[in-house]
Amino acid sequence: MRRKEMVAMLLAGGQGSRLGILTRNIAKPAVTFGGEYRIIDFPLSNCINSGVDTVGVLTQYQPLRLNQHIGIGIPWDLDKKNGGVTILAPHVKGGGEEGEWFMGTANAIYQNMDFMDSYNPEYVLILSGDHIYKMDYAQMLDFHKKKNAAATIAVLEVPMEEASRFGIMNTEGDDRIYEFEEKPKEPKSNLASMGIYIFTWSRLKEALVEDSKIHPDSDFGKHIIPRMLEEGQSLYAYRFHGYWKDVGTIESYWQANMDLIKPLPEFNLYEDFWKIYTNNDRQNPQYTAPGAVVKESLACEGSEIYGTVKHSIIGPGVVVKKGAVIEDSIIMADTAIEEDVKIYRTIIDENCAIGAGASIGVGEDIPNETKPKIYNTGITVIGTHSVVPAGVSVGKNCVIYGKTEIEDYPDGRLESGKTVMREVFER
Amino acid sequence: MRAVGIILAGGNNEGRLGTLTQKRAAAALPVGSCYRAIDFALSNMSNSGISKVAVLTQYNSRSLRDHLSSSKWWDFGRKQGGLFVLTPYTTNEGSSWFRGTADAIYQNMSYLYNSNEPYVVIASGDAVYKGDFRKVIAYHVEKGADITVVYKNMENNLSSFGILEMDEDHRLTGFEEKPEHPRAHAASIGIYVIGRQLLIDLLQKMVPNGKYSLVKDIIIGMRDELKIYGYECTGYWSTVGRGIDAYFATNMDFLKKEVRDEFINQWPYIATKPKDEPPAKYNAGASVSDSIIGSGSIINGTINHSVVFRKVYISEDAVAENSILMEGCRIGKGCVIRNAILDKYVKVLDGKSVIGESSQNPVVIEKEATID
Repeated sequence: MRRKEMVAMLLAGGQGSRLGILTRNIAKPAVTFGGEYRIIDFPLSNCINSGVDTVGVLTQYQPLRLNQHIGIGIPWDLDKKNGGVTILAPHVKGGGEEGEWFMGTANAIYQNMDFMDSYNPEYVLILSGDHIYKMDYAQMLDFHKKKNAAATIAVLEVPMEEASRFGIMNTEGDDRIYEFEEKPKEPKSNLASMGIYIFTWSRLKEALVEDSKIHPDSDFGKHIIPRMLEEGQSLYAYRFHGYWKDVGTIESYWQANMDLIKPLPEFNLYEDFWKIYTNNDRQNPQYTAPGAVVKESLACEGSEIYGTVKHSIIGPGVVVKKGAVIEDSIIMADTAIEEDVKIYRTIIDENCAIGAGASIGVGEDIPNETKPKIYNTGITVIGTHSVVPAGVSVGKNCVIYGKTEIEDYPDGRLESGKTVMREVFER
Repeated sequence: MRAVGIILAGGNNEGRLGTLTQKRAAAALPVGSCYRAIDFALSNMSNSGISKVAVLTQYNSRSLRDHLSSSKWWDFGRKQGGLFVLTPYTTNEGSSWFRGTADAIYQNMSYLYNSNEPYVVIASGDAVYKGDFRKVIAYHVEKGADITVVYKNMENNLSSFGILEMDEDHRLTGFEEKPEHPRAHAASIGIYVIGRQLLIDLLQKMVPNGKYSLVKDIIIGMRDELKIYGYECTGYWSTVGRGIDAYFATNMDFLKKEVRDEFINQWPYIATKPKDEPPAKYNAGASVSDSIIGSGSIINGTINHSVVFRKVYISEDAVAENSILMEGCRIGKGCVIRNAILDKYVKVLDGKSVIGESSQNPVVIEKEATID
């Protein structure tokens, strides 16, 4: 392999369990965003737009959809003779008998040191597949070089009152980090880590090898950064100014999607500069019929709208039939909404079928009974390949998964906060 | 049965499309909000298992070449097969433009010499249809044909086509090119299957003797010596190359559910070069009816019975009706666009209007023009 100045390692193995049913079958980075994208498209597009053409994607939790999406990297121009995208999965090491899971963020990199060494890079860029943002990693690398740093951590200035929800970097005047605090009760600074790091590879390698001896679950935030600080290495905070959203919860996921709908969105996808690429093999016309009403919404290629859509996102290949009303909702790819269906503040995953006349997202706002920590802001979520029978009524904070039958809805109703889980039949 | 493909994308169709083909080959005409005409022939070839395809072009091929700059979108670009864009070229002996369809193939004969597939599928690059060439080849073999001509039964515009007369067995008994008084309804749609070696032999015999046309010199000229059969195309077929009205009508056909179902909702799909635009954005002032909207477009006004391509911006209180708005058009506040074709990147400034006569005679605004 020819030498690369910087190799990116994208941590895409996490479940993102706070996204509930949306990540039951797929890893969080594979979750759809903005109708046609998947979350991982943002860091991947950032890489190629920044001139980083060698990316290792570390997978672990439910990788199938992610693997299919990434393929050999064609949509991101990451199908390269030297470099490009490589999927790195947990594996059995030579001489060993049993394989090892990735036990922590840093441990995952440690287990794939061979990959990086094959490119003999000067720097390593660590990314996660959890965030929506546009960022020029080349500028961050310039900063890293200028500071002659061992590690540079991208930070966002968050409101002080929210700082205790983040990993906070405490810095000196020139943004050199002297302390890292994970979710501090009394934060000393408002510089929140974005989970984006550039390391000088020789320094990181040393730290990974040493740390692996003590921590089998070696983690960047918990172990590697504190270790390097303790050793007195030079770590710097790189201030990022722009849109950055962690879409880790149902509410934040919904909100970040809705942000795209605003007339002048803070996060603008409609500019030629810094394009976001995705794997979309169907480039079909989007049709809006006579009598349809579509306002304050995004409609993806191949969707057909005969009903009313307001303040919503309609994914590729979705059909919204006559008389149907969709408000404040996200309908993902290839879902069919039959006639006279009413949907309010609901997320419906890919390939679902919603029977004629069903109402979803109506009633009292009661948190979900089974998982109140996940579903508590009034949003009902329907998992992939689900079927909702005609005519039923579904409350708020409900969860539906699988091919449900009319018997699953006592008196034709699923009360707010209820969950129904059935088997899925691939259509 | 294995075949190589040849797509004839040479011309500007004798200027019948006015400014639309002033700077592009007819095969590069944008269609249905996201395609170019040649996507249909290319996808049909690829979906029929043909892995080696030559596109013959000579007229203003820049936009066509841009579209074909990577062949991977149609699944060509492999070690076996590939996509070849062939143009007239200069040698020590001289050079010449393609003098006809047969001459165009003859000038690139090494493409045929260097193949070993037994059959050749020849198709035009400006038709919108979905066809499985495997079926045509199977028919060709079953009939023991020398040449198979694909035709479609039509009622209108027959005098714009070559008309086939056939016996009960579908063997060609007569062929009239653009007859004033057509005697039959079977119009050739410019798709032919022929044995590769036979094609080489015929071209070597004809072209050096000044016979440059596939239709005139081979199909018509050698009708009696060769076994030529007709194969009926039963699905949707339309050509954007026949004229401005045909271009307009073909685009508007995508507003029909049965047409979209055939092209969009049924495997195999039509592939095109991806543009990676975000979803179409409908803002609060949007009022859209019976229209297709390309990705990356932003709608603030009213659109009725229209085909809107990618990255089009429609301002508040603007109205577009019965029109085609190609990629990148910007329509200002309060504008009215009716019975019009706006080529790519046309700007209509606030309060201005572009109004044509009818669907049969729409007004055409040339690429990058500003209406002020």
